[in-house]
Amino acid sequence: MAPPESNGAPVLEVTNLTKHFVVRRGGLGFSTGVVRAVDGVSFAIPAGSTLGLVGESGCGKTTTSKLILALETPTTGSIRFEGHDVSALERASRREYRRAVQAVFQDPYASLDPRMRVGAIVAEPLVINADLDAAGRRRRVAELLDLVGLPARAATLYPHEFSGGQRQRVAIARALALSPRLVVLDEPVSALDVSIRAQILNLLVDLQQRLGVSYLFIAHDLAAVAHMSRTIAVMYLGKIVELGDADAVALAPKHPYTKALFAAALPIDLDQPREEVTLSGEVPSPLAPPGGCRFHPRCPFVMPHCATEEPALRSESGRLVACHLY
Amino acid sequence: MSVVAIPETQAAPAPASRRQRLPLVSLSIVAAFVLVALLAPLLAPSDPYDQSLRLRFRPPVWEERGSWSYPLGTDRLGRDLLSRIIYGARVSLAAGVVTVLISSAFGAAVGLVAGYYGGRTDAALMRATDATLSFPVILLALILAVTVGPSFTNVVIAIAVILWARYARVIRGQVLTLMTLDFIAQARIAGAGAWRIITRHLLPNTLNTLVVLITLQVGYVIIVEASLSFLGAGIPPPTPAWGSMIAEGRDFVTSAWWVSFFPGLAILLVVLAFNLLGDWLRDTLDPRLRQL
Amino acid sequence: MPAVIDVRDLRTHIVTRWGTIKAVDGVSFALDEGETLGLVGESGSGKSMTCLSLVRLVPRPAARIVGGEVRLDGEDVLAKSEAEMQQIRGRKMAMILQDPMSSLNPVFSIGMQMREPLAMYHGLRGNAVAARAAELLAAVRIPSPAARLRAFPHQLSGGMRQRVVGAMAIAGPPRLLMADEPTTSLDLTIQAQYLGLLKELQQRHRFAMIFVTHNLGIVARTCDRVAVMYAGRVVEMGPVRRIFTEPAHPYTRALLESIPRFGVRRERLTAIAGQPPDLARLDAGCAFAPRCPAALDRCAEAPPEVTIAPGHTTRCWLHGPA
Repeated sequence: MAPPESNGAPVLEVTNLTKHFVVRRGGLGFSTGVVRAVDGVSFAIPAGSTLGLVGESGCGKTTTSKLILALETPTTGSIRFEGHDVSALERASRREYRRAVQAVFQDPYASLDPRMRVGAIVAEPLVINADLDAAGRRRRVAELLDLVGLPARAATLYPHEFSGGQRQRVAIARALALSPRLVVLDEPVSALDVSIRAQILNLLVDLQQRLGVSYLFIAHDLAAVAHMSRTIAVMYLGKIVELGDADAVALAPKHPYTKALFAAALPIDLDQPREEVTLSGEVPSPLAPPGGCRFHPRCPFVMPHCATEEPALRSESGRLVACHLY
Repeated sequence: MSVVAIPETQAAPAPASRRQRLPLVSLSIVAAFVLVALLAPLLAPSDPYDQSLRLRFRPPVWEERGSWSYPLGTDRLGRDLLSRIIYGARVSLAAGVVTVLISSAFGAAVGLVAGYYGGRTDAALMRATDATLSFPVILLALILAVTVGPSFTNVVIAIAVILWARYARVIRGQVLTLMTLDFIAQARIAGAGAWRIITRHLLPNTLNTLVVLITLQVGYVIIVEASLSFLGAGIPPPTPAWGSMIAEGRDFVTSAWWVSFFPGLAILLVVLAFNLLGDWLRDTLDPRLRQL
Repeated sequence: MPAVIDVRDLRTHIVTRWGTIKAVDGVSFALDEGETLGLVGESGSGKSMTCLSLVRLVPRPAARIVGGEVRLDGEDVLAKSEAEMQQIRGRKMAMILQDPMSSLNPVFSIGMQMREPLAMYHGLRGNAVAARAAELLAAVRIPSPAARLRAFPHQLSGGMRQRVVGAMAIAGPPRLLMADEPTTSLDLTIQAQYLGLLKELQQRHRFAMIFVTHNLGIVARTCDRVAVMYAGRVVEMGPVRRIFTEPAHPYTRALLESIPRFGVRRERLTAIAGQPPDLARLDAGCAFAPRCPAALDRCAEAPPEVTIAPGHTTRCWLHGPA
């Protein structure tokens, strides 16, 4: 399967994407606040490339992935898929978009219907999108299982007969069924045993090379993200604070939060020089983000005007950083 | 923290000792009950409607004046008790099965829809369910009996109209748990609509719970039907029904004790068997439910 | 001075319907005051079960400690009665588990939960309990500790809850603290704070620490020694620096090579072939042999522990004995 040609536009381009959740209390549903889960996020994923998205709880990366998967609709902003605006979709066009964007989630035990055989699980996207007849589907399923390194007879078995790593392979096979252009990988290996993770990561890299598919790679294992991604975006409280080439961001982070994050990542190389940056305090609630730069209460390099002026994402030696230091 | 984490092997067959011992006693009682009800005409020694004033209040065979032509004795109209009990099984089984099927189908549907859609749909459906759950079955049946007249249909309606709410509650709870699992989101990402998700993904994963609930409810329905018949609001005479048979013998408990005793014993055994069977089903099916 | 904790040939078996699992199969190590041992391995390797065995909390009746010796400050723990064990658990040997939400009882306030160990260990009552509890919360750097006593677990963040668990763990103060994946469910920056806190507490109270994790990065930064476990056995043990720079056992080596590293851009990671072993169906030999790139015929026989350098041991025929 040779990688399909792209039309030059990035596979996915997100501009000023925003998602606000209204918090309601009480039986009649009075609104008591707004959670700005995603607040003006922009990035692009070229064809055949991987964007790594990192950040801690409350940063908005999960909501971002849901927006991209059309499981949520954006409050404002646009999502362009291969040049076409998909933010406000009707059913027919959303179907088309769905075929092109798929996902693999973290928990291999919850992402497969325990009542269905693996063959049916992998074939489901094909069934729903009425692509092929039964024989054609069987062939495609065999092809997909082979692609992910599972034997053909796996199609007749149930999920509980497989190990965690094998289940993730099934999930990957299912995600590839409709030949998507983008696959959202949300912590694809964190629930797996350490000795299995490398297998799955290698598989994902292989598939990217063979099929030309792009990835949005979300994980808290920063070394894995740096390994898999060409570009890394760091999110904090709904905003991107740094965006740039993966190696550059990982080895020479610029934004104070990125520095703290990667300092906490504890590389196993004992002699690796690290800037020790430990943050104080907790991640603030997304209901009431701090004014000015959202990170300023915890920032070890905080300056007076950080509390009043929100820094814009500016270009700084080849990458984007949102910080008054630059 | 995993205390015992056994890595799974590929397609390891479960050893034969894995399945728990079948509950032979309850299973055979339930099977016997069903068979007796189905084959009543072949098994009953006499016609249950056959009256004989000469043979009134004959005792069971092991007492003086008893005889093998009426092994469990006769009632106040001289009808053979054993035959009436055998035919009464039909009524109980029919009432149990029909009522439970109707109420479980409707209740499960409500639970599935409420759990899937959530929000206002869920709130509205659950309010209706709560209201239904608080209404007493017996009262409703009595009202029907007084206004429309007692009949088999009325019994089924009275019970089913209230029983569905129990299924709705339980199934909705399970659906809420299932909805948090990723494979539902995956189905949506693949393009599945509500119908497909509900029928293809949610329903099969609630079947275990449904089966257990149905089994346990059959016993309950039998008791309610018997209570209604006892009160005169259920199956009208002369159709043999265990509840009305107990009622008929009420005034003669000291003299002709067998008229009330044996139908009561039948109810006890059958309901107990269904309850035990339901318990066993829940215990066997539960661990696999946990595998989610 | 005897080691704080001295474990010799500890064996714990679990009887399941699939067979008997040797969850802990001859584990030995010793720790001094202020020393931290990292216990590394995957699910099923026996690292959690080892910790449970030390406090004799293995899940009965299926699991049983079937052999070995565990000495805490010279005293044989395995020989003690249940009543004596209750004096030791929590007070002299404490544990911090992975999920703070299930370590804390959701229906009781923090203060009420801390009352129990403080009353048990030190016989404190009333105001003395509250005062001591606030002291402990301050020791784990929880802001406004006195006010926090009235809070409920769900009102605290994950990091805070783990600190509360930590506070209860040092109430003894313990001689041995076992932390089983304490930071796995925490955010990265919170994790860094928490690891720093544990180190500080250890320096102050001089307890020995066993840190169970699958994250080698944490081990590299916080542990003095490492024991690598596979299928219930310690396949390699030694000082952190040695293990990371000169790993002896093929499993350790493969593990280190399979982990992505910053700044080393590789096309593919070196994956470990095969699947983790089925503990109910282990052969007699080395459990790692089926996946080992350097397996020999000899590996059909379980290798004994050999010392290849001071403090560095391994179980592998590649390193002898001849």
